[in-house]
Amino acid sequence: MTNEMTGGSLESINRRNLLALGGGLLASGLPVIGSANASEITPRKGGTIRLGMAGGATSDSLNPVSYTDSVPIALGHGLFNALVECGPDNTPLPELAASFEARPGAREWVFNLRKDVTFSNGKTFGANDAIYSLNMHRGETRSGAATVMKNVADIKKSGDQQITISLRAADAEFPAVLTDYHLMMVPEGHSDWSKPIGTGPMVIDRFDPGVRAVLKRTRDYWKADRGFLDGAEITVIGDSSARLSALISGQIDAINRVDPKTVSLLARSPNHVVARSPAGWHPIIAMTCDRAPFDNPDFRQAMKYGIDRQQILKTLFSGLGSVGNDHPIAPSSPFFNKDLPQIAYDPDRAKSFLAKAGLSDMHVLMQTSDGAFNGAVDLATLYQASGVKAGLKIDVKREPADGFWTNVWLKGSCVVSYWGGRPSATQMLAVGYESGAPWNLSHYNDPRFDQVLNAARGEIDPEKRQPLIRDMQELISHNAGAVIPIFRDYLDGHHRKVGGITPHGLYDFCNGRILEKAWLGA
Amino acid sequence: MLIILGKKLVAAVLTLMAASVLIFAGTELLPGDLAGSILQNNATPETLAQLRLDLKLDQPATVRFMGWVEKLAHGDLGRSLTNDQDVATEIAPRLANTIFLATYAALVAVPLALGLGLITALYQGRWIDRIANVGSLMAISFPEYFLAYLLIKILAVDLGLLPSLANVAPDTELGPRLILTLLPMITLVLGTLAHMLRMTRTAVLSIMERPFIEMAILKGLPQWQIISRHALPNALAPIVSVIALNLGYLVVGVVVVETVFVYPGLGQLMVDAVGKHDVPVVQACGMIFATAFIGLNLLADMITIIANPRLRRQTQ
Repeated sequence: MTNEMTGGSLESINRRNLLALGGGLLASGLPVIGSANASEITPRKGGTIRLGMAGGATSDSLNPVSYTDSVPIALGHGLFNALVECGPDNTPLPELAASFEARPGAREWVFNLRKDVTFSNGKTFGANDAIYSLNMHRGETRSGAATVMKNVADIKKSGDQQITISLRAADAEFPAVLTDYHLMMVPEGHSDWSKPIGTGPMVIDRFDPGVRAVLKRTRDYWKADRGFLDGAEITVIGDSSARLSALISGQIDAINRVDPKTVSLLARSPNHVVARSPAGWHPIIAMTCDRAPFDNPDFRQAMKYGIDRQQILKTLFSGLGSVGNDHPIAPSSPFFNKDLPQIAYDPDRAKSFLAKAGLSDMHVLMQTSDGAFNGAVDLATLYQASGVKAGLKIDVKREPADGFWTNVWLKGSCVVSYWGGRPSATQMLAVGYESGAPWNLSHYNDPRFDQVLNAARGEIDPEKRQPLIRDMQELISHNAGAVIPIFRDYLDGHHRKVGGITPHGLYDFCNGRILEKAWLGA
Repeated sequence: MLIILGKKLVAAVLTLMAASVLIFAGTELLPGDLAGSILQNNATPETLAQLRLDLKLDQPATVRFMGWVEKLAHGDLGRSLTNDQDVATEIAPRLANTIFLATYAALVAVPLALGLGLITALYQGRWIDRIANVGSLMAISFPEYFLAYLLIKILAVDLGLLPSLANVAPDTELGPRLILTLLPMITLVLGTLAHMLRMTRTAVLSIMERPFIEMAILKGLPQWQIISRHALPNALAPIVSVIALNLGYLVVGVVVVETVFVYPGLGQLMVDAVGKHDVPVVQACGMIFATAFIGLNLLADMITIIANPRLRRQTQ
């Protein structure tokens, strides 16, 4: 929030509402478990941080188009910068774009680039670099950002340090798209990803995919308030017990994805704390609205009242999250609809909906797999058990982890899977619930919803967009075939001497920005 | 003797070929396909189709098998499907790590097992025999990951004596490397010791009841000399086969230990590759494991033959 922003020309955000939203996030929950440390207040320069991270594989590459998991995402943010940063409350903040504004109608966006930033090879960052970098994710590409970039019709240089992006359809939250972790800025023409060149705080020293990465800082970072570390060593540790013991035994300074069941143990350690990030990650039980019995709205209601959300949150995630209301916007989001009544576990109500649907004897086949996420099978089993009292007859089918994403996901009628959070509420709602969207898991098809969605996309004023986004949450919660029982917090564990690991509403380790944000105290 | 050795060698090559068929068939049986598991929930029908074409998944399995065997015969392990790296260059450092840890564990476990085996045979029924037996049996009865976590809990977390992460880098020098891999080494030694120790003890004891040992006793030789010079050479065959089995295990069976201690060995690479459906890497790892196992058994057979006068003199 200390990034320089150019004054009042911004239509979509301003510093005041940004601060207000950020404050709201911090007040809403307990961000840190364990005792805080003095070193978190005053950053200190120097030192090499040792990170133990889940989410790395031998197939990882430093090419931004290929990023899929925590380790490459953290590496990417250590080596490169994006045009726009996703703030802790998912508000877009200026990064290599010093400012941005939409032309009326939100079909054209102008980005003013910073003038004073150089790449690690000495070259100055400019418009051509930005265009080259964004085009890596457009057209024929295997980029994970290809889908969100489909809406981009053209990118033009409108000045030495200015680009203009025109869109196929209006998007009032387009800067949020550019916060995607794939969309890193590299020098024009760069393609040797074993020697990546970026504007980030560090350069790569050693990279052994799926095993380790060593980074070092070779110059002063262009952000005065970040980039304190001299270097970093990332060890890929897939096993959560191994991660935890490495942290406790002092071989590692910080780890991501702390097992919720061990948080209370870690908090008891005098030297360690857990940073808790309420975020948008959520499991989903997707029921296809166009196939029997889920085409019956009363049957879907019965399913919604027959799940014990509190029990799932408590049992599977040790309570470290929040209860969901069958729409994909998390309570931690500034766009969350607070006025929508919470759906609770109500077996009698579920029974009456079943009777109304005339489907009291209907058996439901629920497909689940460890390949979906850790705990997906347990979640289905808990659902089955709570459903018994509500008269629901759920048959849990455990699918092999291998092939789950090919053979089951998007194919079955009632499947347990998950959604990662998205940087903007509109994007999250569109990608999973717009009629005909490829990942519309519950085959939700509602012209009213599509209409509101399009209105929200064209609405630049956040004050006016807010009620539209709230309406969409209500529509999905009441009508779609999604059961979203909970939102899970991201949990980072670290030694007390590590500062700067702050909660983020999107992803673990400060949304991947740990290498520029963290510092080591004495 | 040469004929026997030749027969064994031919059998080993045939076994290796059978293993290659099994490995290839096994990877074909995995549910789902590579393209799907690479793209996960980023998959759309178009991207899937394009990736399948790129990966040559449209060709029949027999064609791909023959192509693979032909390349294999020329020493070409192929290219990784996920990152397009040469499989051999990807595997080499991992294989070196695996062999290092296996050798480290073997250098401790084999002499320890033989020594303790002889001592327990010598002091049969005495306290040292009982302690060694009960202790090694307890160690082998626990699952490996339990032993590993127990060692981490006590030696790394509570006492802070040893590192729990065996995250060696290619440029880690021998001294630090030996310390970093100390806990995984101890786990592997505890896991393999009992088998070898008990076989040594049993084999030596069974020889001890034979007439020529009685003769030696009557001659008045000291007991350590009877055991080391007369009993041990004759008991060598079963001991060597058990050692070979355990050495094979140290190479191929250490996936759990590698995962718990985050040791970058071949087992972890293979598990990673299975998860990503990276078939060439899985196949290459499979072939290396098969070769190691078959090779060590062949070596054990040869030592047995050479050590046994009756087999040595057989001329047919």
